[in-house]
Amino acid sequence: ILSATVDAAADTQGTSAPETVVPSSVPQPKDDFQEELVIRPLHSGDIYASFQFRTLWDTDFMRENKVSHYRLFPKSLGQVISKFSVRELHISFTQGYWRTMQWGQPFIPSPPGAELWVWFQDSVTDVDATWKELTNVLSGIFCASLNFIDSTNTVQPSASFKPLGIGNVTDHSFLRYATLPREIVCTENLTPWKKLLPCGSKAGLAVLLKSEKLFHSSFHSQAVHIRSVCQDWQCKTTSWELRQTVNSVFDLHNSGQAKREWSLFKMFSRTLTEACPLASSSKLYIDITDNPQQFELSPATSLLSQAVVLGDRRTFSVYDLTQETTFGSVRSLNLLIRWKSNEGEMLRPLLHAERYVAGYGLQTGEIHTLMYNNHPYRSFPVLLLDSVPWYLRLYIHTLSVTSKGKDNKPSYIHYEPSKDRVKPHLLEMLIQLPPNSVTEVTVQFERALLKWTEYPPDPNHGFYVGSSVISSLVPSTVAMDTNSTRERPLFSSFFPCKEESSYFVRIYTEPLLVNLPTPDFSMPYNVICLTCTVVAVGYGSLYNLLTRSFQIEEPNPGLAKRIANVIRKMRGVPPL
Amino acid sequence: MGLLSDPNRRRALISMLTRLNAPICVVCYFAGVAWFMGLAFEPFTLRTYMSENAMGSTMVEERFPAGERALATGREFAAHKKKVGGMPVDWLVKNMQDRGLEVFTQSFSRTLPFPDENKERYIVKGTNVYGILRAPRAPRTEALVLSAPCSPGDSNNQAVGLLLGLAQYFRNQIYWAKDIIFLVNEHDLIGMQAWLEGYHHTNTTGMSWSPLQGRGGSIQAALSLELSSDVITSLDLVLEGLNGQLPNLDLANLFYAFCQKIGVLCTIQGKLQRNDWDSVSGYSHAVQTMMLMVMKQASGRPWGDHGLFLRYHIEAATIKGVNSFRQYKTDATTIGRLLEGMYRKLNNLLERLHQSYFFYLMPSLSHFVSIGYYMPAFGLLAVILLLRQSSPGVLSVLTPLVISHLTGVALYALPIRFQETAVEHFPVSETEAVVLTAIAIYTAGLALPHNTHRLLSGEGTEQGWRVLKLIAVLYLAVLLGCTALINFSLGFILALTLVPLAAFVTPHVPKVLSAFILVILSPACTLLFSVFFFQELQEMPVSFQDGWLLYLSVISQGILDHSLYGSLVYPLIALLVYPCWLLFWNILFWK
Repeated sequence: ILSATVDAAADTQGTSAPETVVPSSVPQPKDDFQEELVIRPLHSGDIYASFQFRTLWDTDFMRENKVSHYRLFPKSLGQVISKFSVRELHISFTQGYWRTMQWGQPFIPSPPGAELWVWFQDSVTDVDATWKELTNVLSGIFCASLNFIDSTNTVQPSASFKPLGIGNVTDHSFLRYATLPREIVCTENLTPWKKLLPCGSKAGLAVLLKSEKLFHSSFHSQAVHIRSVCQDWQCKTTSWELRQTVNSVFDLHNSGQAKREWSLFKMFSRTLTEACPLASSSKLYIDITDNPQQFELSPATSLLSQAVVLGDRRTFSVYDLTQETTFGSVRSLNLLIRWKSNEGEMLRPLLHAERYVAGYGLQTGEIHTLMYNNHPYRSFPVLLLDSVPWYLRLYIHTLSVTSKGKDNKPSYIHYEPSKDRVKPHLLEMLIQLPPNSVTEVTVQFERALLKWTEYPPDPNHGFYVGSSVISSLVPSTVAMDTNSTRERPLFSSFFPCKEESSYFVRIYTEPLLVNLPTPDFSMPYNVICLTCTVVAVGYGSLYNLLTRSFQIEEPNPGLAKRIANVIRKMRGVPPL
Repeated sequence: MGLLSDPNRRRALISMLTRLNAPICVVCYFAGVAWFMGLAFEPFTLRTYMSENAMGSTMVEERFPAGERALATGREFAAHKKKVGGMPVDWLVKNMQDRGLEVFTQSFSRTLPFPDENKERYIVKGTNVYGILRAPRAPRTEALVLSAPCSPGDSNNQAVGLLLGLAQYFRNQIYWAKDIIFLVNEHDLIGMQAWLEGYHHTNTTGMSWSPLQGRGGSIQAALSLELSSDVITSLDLVLEGLNGQLPNLDLANLFYAFCQKIGVLCTIQGKLQRNDWDSVSGYSHAVQTMMLMVMKQASGRPWGDHGLFLRYHIEAATIKGVNSFRQYKTDATTIGRLLEGMYRKLNNLLERLHQSYFFYLMPSLSHFVSIGYYMPAFGLLAVILLLRQSSPGVLSVLTPLVISHLTGVALYALPIRFQETAVEHFPVSETEAVVLTAIAIYTAGLALPHNTHRLLSGEGTEQGWRVLKLIAVLYLAVLLGCTALINFSLGFILALTLVPLAAFVTPHVPKVLSAFILVILSPACTLLFSVFFFQELQEMPVSFQDGWLLYLSVISQGILDHSLYGSLVYPLIALLVYPCWLLFWNILFWK
């Protein structure tokens, strides 16, 4: 959604029609490739770089005769779509945590680790089997441990993950969502990702994606989003959209009061020399909203673009890489920005969240999720999705939601209890966040004792609980600013216009690392066990000796005597 | 076990045990003591070694350059501290922010149950300041803590300066995989308790604090730094924490390894290591070191700010800079490099520290005694209690049992409750009132046996005291066994004093002499002797007058530790050990 607005900005600049060379004899389905890079200096002094590569293809993977001729669209993904009847697929690999309080909202949010959510076509009969197979295939394509996705970490959210493409699906039995918070993302995941691009990393913006610099950042996230979109405004036919994104935050901290300086070469150790020849549009955006007078861009550009991104009106300087003049006489673009250290305070993000485990000891604990609504006067609802592994046994009766010290009753709760070793807890709630408040969701849990074969090789590291997902329509800061008559005509600003009044935000909390009671798998433990056994046996015998009274057993009496005794017993006289 | 199942040999064994019962007990007692003293003998101990592979070699190149600048920062901090007359919160926040940390503050307040005369505080209000260095590309799941207390007066300014210097240096490094939290806590342990409770959102001691805004996930390890001079001669490692808990031995190993590598003199219990283990003085040095550790651990107090971390399963230690009159001096850059090395190693951890021992004693920094070696010493003492059990009978001794425990409850609960009343009626301060009430109740307990057994139906029968003694001895065995498992030192010291009296006491022994011995070996007197012994070990002997004052303050500290940090020693003594001792007192005065 947010990138759509960026695209809208790109469209205002007059994107030329796709220049694909189509043989006139056969009516080939049209495809189109666009690339762009948005760079935003953040208030914390870091630099946020967001790459987007978008491939559009007017084809139908679901028709009877299989699509076999691929041009810009990667064949591996096309085959996945048709084989597994995928309606929509979103996969992200993230290393690091997006610091909302320092950096604001990202263009494409993603949780630490790997996240995968897929909507299947309603023609799929056995969704679970298809999902299992799909994760294994994707695991191969992206060189990731997606094959660890199984029923114990897959959930079917009822409300939080609606399709982003066209199609009005409401049956969430065709949706599968899973995260792997422990997944480590590195070059081995980046290389297959780059191979999906039409130009690879040979030309265009992708030359900047060198792993030695990319993995030298504070945050790295790469994602693939596949969905179907309308071909035209009438929406009679659909085309498939593949969006590949990379989001990075580079740490440019210097402790002194020196002038901040930044260049493409410093950040990526490469400069740009050309656009991808297959791209219909290739653009570089620099966000200069915060203090345009303090920025010093070289080479300078006259192209400016305005867009409402994440509810905030931003101004961008635009470099069109398809134009020869952009590269100048040196035939290379090494963008350089200098600016004075900014004193201005960042606008607090209207919505942010944090999560932690409270308590101590290895028996119980409490998960606290804090959601902050920093809007001064408007309340808004959020959808909270929590997927907790089965080995944390949630005491759902202890669930409490409080805002401003008062009980806050969620208007919708969807809870699926876990099943040991089969499926996780799923908790979805629709909560109204009062203005300028902190809402705290707490639930207690008990730590399960696993079977000894179920522990990983490093049991003392702890067990991960994936991020909570908070989805919301947040009132836009543009709408908040009722006095913004400077740039807009008066007649347009009385009623807050619908598109800009709120925007969609999805934020992820930190994953949790929880220690479970772990047997000591080491030698001292065995020694203690053995010693205790020996002591118990020794002490038992000794105690037995000290307390029991012993007497010598009488020799076995003869038969006659025994009979006599029986008779005497019947007579009631003491035996012989 | 063939020996035990054969009735003839069994009978022989039993007769031997009953015939030689008293000599065996005496032998066991002295063997236990001898075993314990042998633990400090170097050939009987193990060399420390790094168990955790992730911290295995010390192949880290330390480059911290800015010791002088850190000291300058410390001086600046001192100036601001003086100006504000407390914690210079704003200055610290700004400084940490300039160093690129995410900075948060936490305010807390606590009213002590009675005024603490040692530290002169009653109503405590303060602010903790902490900055989080976010590790790049880390998902906020793990963190390390470096803390320095903001102490009143001129102490610890250098620690804060070095903390800020390290923060600045660490911020520019790329290798961090765990968030690092730099914490400056006010009012030492109370501030630390507030911060830890806030971080883990628990409230065990009724302190009020403002919730924390920023966290770094689960804390893996913590170091607390105390440094009061620009140059130091040695670094002292403090391990003993709340309730006698110790951090994983690997943390001590890590410190020792880096001291060796960088060439810093390091001590434990303020005692240097000596090589002449075969000489008498070398051995007595090791015994002193170990006894100091035993005394400190038995006290159950946190001996540094790290002590409170251990409850949360966070391995922590305090590093103290000592400036004595030695020639060899170490500057702040070297200490910075040492800490840098340690944090880089801790940063490499893949799992929590768990490979090495959690139960150990250290006769020197390079040698340790593990649980497997010291437990037999305790076992030899405890076995006496088992050998002294006489034949079981009917439970008819409920009255002395209940009355003893009620006395214990009174000792636990009344001193704080009745401080106002005491202050009204006697010319004493609140602290004195609490301590003196405690001693009064303790002494009053001695008068009880004259009254308790009159309430019994079968007054003073032979059978009665035997049953009571059986129960008391079993009670003591279980109590000491459990204590020794958690806090060996406390268990051992209690066993050393309580076991002999438990073994010999009957109503038939000479009354006056036995009563005297019983009082001498009672928990309160043990504490009094411990105070003198501890001072002796620290080579700071005190006169009886001073020792008595110290004794009173130790009692008040014990009660305070219980209510402030949840230390368990005072309730253990008041509710379990003291009633148990009263049972023996009862037995003595049975007729």
